[in-house]
Amino acid sequence: MAEPGCLQRNDWVCGEYLTSRSELIVDATVQHVVLTVVSVGIGLLLALPLGVLAFRYRRARSWVLGTSTALYTIPSLAMFSLLLPVTGLTATTVVVGLVLYSLTILVRNVLAGLQAVPAEVVESATGTGYGRRSLLLRVQLPLALPALFAGVRIATVSTVALTTVGAILGNGGLGNLIYSGLRTQFQAEVLTATVLVVALAVLADLALLGVQRVVTPWQRSAR
Amino acid sequence: MSAVTDVVDWFADPEHWTGPSGVPTRVVEHLGLTAAALGIACAVAVPLALWLGHVGRGGPLAVNLTNIGRAVPTFAVLVLLAIGPLGFGPAATVTALVLFAIPPILTNGYVGMREVDRDVVEAARGVGLSPMQIVRQVELPLAVPLLLNGIRLAAVQVIATATIAALVAGGGLGNIILLGFGTQDQAAVVSGALLVALFALATELLFATLAKALDPMARVRQVQTVPDP
Repeated sequence: MAEPGCLQRNDWVCGEYLTSRSELIVDATVQHVVLTVVSVGIGLLLALPLGVLAFRYRRARSWVLGTSTALYTIPSLAMFSLLLPVTGLTATTVVVGLVLYSLTILVRNVLAGLQAVPAEVVESATGTGYGRRSLLLRVQLPLALPALFAGVRIATVSTVALTTVGAILGNGGLGNLIYSGLRTQFQAEVLTATVLVVALAVLADLALLGVQRVVTPWQRSAR
Repeated sequence: MSAVTDVVDWFADPEHWTGPSGVPTRVVEHLGLTAAALGIACAVAVPLALWLGHVGRGGPLAVNLTNIGRAVPTFAVLVLLAIGPLGFGPAATVTALVLFAIPPILTNGYVGMREVDRDVVEAARGVGLSPMQIVRQVELPLAVPLLLNGIRLAAVQVIATATIAALVAGGGLGNIILLGFGTQDQAAVVSGALLVALFALATELLFATLAKALDPMARVRQVQTVPDP
């Protein structure tokens, strides 16, 4: 009889787990990335018009900020469960919940970015003949990019972490591994998946930081 | 619209309001977990934030803690603690809750202390206040709004995590949701989720009221907004 391997001993760190379950781990990681990218992507598409709306109209602003604060307060497990009757036990339910959370962060940052554009800049742009539309697209939004990027980074990192709760709906990417490891007390599975989630969050943050540097070269000196 | 009536029926059922898995018991459990975790987190983080803010050190530490807290999934930490040395039970849950409650309190408390006008602190020192008096009578009152904001963020975080804790160690409102999942009872799932959401929103409102009552500058601002005669 050979010595029991790390899987039999239920070690926290186990190379055998990685090799024997590699397909499962890759699939879970891919699902995790897809869920995150789709959620933050849709969140961004919705946050831009909402942020502009909140910036232009005072009434829209209090409504948008109030709703987003309330939404963000709702715990993730409750959010996914409340969406259950609408979209069922599907990845869509997870995405909708994650979109709502990322939207909350993103709208605030779009608004903050637009509000931080100096009044002199807006005035001189208007003075040189920019219309309302081109002022927004060519002056205000580009200058709001750093704040927008800060929002995207925060939203992405928290979405990576929140996706794990999607495991309750069977669609949590690496969270699925954590959930199944919980039921079987499989230590290597839980630790590996956790480390991968944190690594994904850090990688995504660094990648976005890289993109931000390319897109906003004037910010480079200011870190 | 049967989903809505099902939920109404769920709330109307007296059976859901008594016994160890009734709504009142679960609310008390949730409140207990939240209060214990928030209390411990405050006991650790508030003095530390005040001290670091007063001496002006540890800023990067406070900021990095928040970033790490955001990247680490609460669900994963709960599971790791439960299948690890702490075992399934309230010890694992409260430890996880405390871990995630500390960063927002520490960061906001620190920033609150640092943002106190240095001239005001200099003036306090000039009129002969001791460092302890400066902290208690000048810096702390002015840092209260941000400190309270940190505690509010921590509370919201703790309530959310305590819900997920039902997956791991039992207790709290998350159990109503989970039981619903287990028995394929959608009305129970939605009712539990509604209760959790209400609990969280009520906490948010409580802190909003508290923040208004404790903001030392609120009265000053009010006076300033009175129009000239």
